[in-house]
Amino acid sequence: MAMLSVKNLGISFGGLRAVDSFNITIEKGELYGLIGPNGAGKTTAFNLLTGVYKPDSGVITLDGRNITGLSTIEINKAGIARTFQNIRLFKNMTVLDNVKIGLHNNYKYSTASGILRLPSFFKTEKLMNEKAFDILKVFDLDQEAHYLSANLPYGKQRKLEIARALATNPKMLLLDEPAAGMNPSETEELMKTITLIRKKYDVTILLIEHDMKLVAGICEKIFVLNFGMELANGRPQEVLNNPEVIKAYLGE
Amino acid sequence: MKQWKVFNQLNKSTRANVITIGVIAIIYVLCQLLIAVGALSNLMQGLLVPLCYYSILAVSLNLTVGILGELSLGHAGFMCIGAFSGAFFSRLTENTITSPWIRFPLAIMIGAIFAALFGGLIGIVVLRLRGDYLAIVTLAFGEIIKNIINVLYIGIDGSGFHFSMKDSLSLGLAKDGDIILNGAKGITGTPNDTTFTIAALFLIVVYLIITNLVNSRSGRAIQAIRDNRIAAESVGIDITKFKILAFTLSAAMAGIAGVLYSHNISTLVATPKNFGYNMSIMILVFVVLGGMGNIRGSIIAAVLLTLLPEYLRFMQDYRMLIYAIVLIVMMIFNWNPACIAWRKNHTIKGTLLSLLKKNRKEA
Repeated sequence: MAMLSVKNLGISFGGLRAVDSFNITIEKGELYGLIGPNGAGKTTAFNLLTGVYKPDSGVITLDGRNITGLSTIEINKAGIARTFQNIRLFKNMTVLDNVKIGLHNNYKYSTASGILRLPSFFKTEKLMNEKAFDILKVFDLDQEAHYLSANLPYGKQRKLEIARALATNPKMLLLDEPAAGMNPSETEELMKTITLIRKKYDVTILLIEHDMKLVAGICEKIFVLNFGMELANGRPQEVLNNPEVIKAYLGE
Repeated sequence: MKQWKVFNQLNKSTRANVITIGVIAIIYVLCQLLIAVGALSNLMQGLLVPLCYYSILAVSLNLTVGILGELSLGHAGFMCIGAFSGAFFSRLTENTITSPWIRFPLAIMIGAIFAALFGGLIGIVVLRLRGDYLAIVTLAFGEIIKNIINVLYIGIDGSGFHFSMKDSLSLGLAKDGDIILNGAKGITGTPNDTTFTIAALFLIVVYLIITNLVNSRSGRAIQAIRDNRIAAESVGIDITKFKILAFTLSAAMAGIAGVLYSHNISTLVATPKNFGYNMSIMILVFVVLGGMGNIRGSIIAAVLLTLLPEYLRFMQDYRMLIYAIVLIVMMIFNWNPACIAWRKNHTIKGTLLSLLKKNRKEA
């Protein structure tokens, strides 16, 4: 059964059809790459999938459940977590707290027991800390747990964003240009981390990326978007050698 | 030394709490000693309770401005609701509940609940706005609250409560009736239940409520909304719920400050001076000077800026001019990057240590 199936998804901004008849089926556990030239509508597609924009047409089904038109918050609760192209961390909070906010909906106690420091507060906080450190260890961030997240180096900020998204315990992870601005060795490390979390957390991943080495290296399938429409879809070697794709990227 | 070790093992926020509450307790004991030996002037004694409720106001506004990151200019309005509902309750039950030890906590609770109720209701409406727009609307609501109370007449007689928004005569009270809230003349004869002890106690309670909230699940959600609303939404945090929660709690604690205020004076009247725009701005100045999100800083700023005009009284007309200059200098010293760097290199601890080293070398 498909983890995510999107049928005929589309949205217009004024006269511009930003995404048009977007169809994709992602099987459970798959790592899908979404590529395309600048302005092709990749991030718009992400925003549609996560409820930031409401689609004009089409149906999004996550693990058998129709999530079309739900709010961002509800979609996250349904099991889609994402990262952002421009890093959006909680900058005035520690690395640990950033991950603990990701755990917000999985570990609960009431506001009153937080203020009155009832036993449920201490019990749940302890569990949250353990879980958060587990996740931070995977990303090799546990040493920096008590740093302000704004003080982390760029590559680690990107990792922390993925860690925070994973903390929400998603079925499906959407990564928006995870390697943007990274140097080759950081990208290498990121590829390893992505492969690792896929196995460890049993999560299906869809990622937008411009770094072809990363895309060809770890993605099992690739979807190429151009002017909001599908250009190619399939296995990396087929897609990347497709003359249409080369034309869209490099011109004639 | 052993106790010191235990203290160091506490986590950072708990340590900060222990220090702050310890300092408040020490200042409280010092003031009581000074009063006992007669070393504190009447003027200063009269300032002790205001210091506490101003601190509570500053701390509670910091929840909205510093922790939630939304600018509110209507805080005096919530204080006003707390003051009047608390005073109303005390006037009503003065003869039925004679012990102030029962009546006053109840009055505080009622003040807090009413302020929270209005805070929540107004919050639902206005928190859709952001930034300057929110500030303008909260400012308006603060003024509306004050002006409505100024035309509100409530009396009681054998047959129950009577309301009017015209004048006290139109209440149509029986002969044994009692006008409790008399429009612009306010509430008179509220029992003076607020003591320095109770006010200091509630300052500690409010401080603990806010710091505990900040270091809990809901507090983290509130701060996440401040730092990045879009990211907070993307990890499934209910923005509206936590915004209203913070706003309501902030209003409730302003209500507590209001009750302390209304039970410290004999005649409670809503004037522009005590519940108006200026008051809201003054509380905001406490918060900004003390540092947004810095709860302890709010208390220090509120205390300093309340004492300063009193100590400058000898300057007469130049008083507020000097106040403004001191305020500017303090702001620069607090927030200028160069000053922050200078302070880091010249901490009390560091200076003492370097002095010690020098002495040792010379010896």
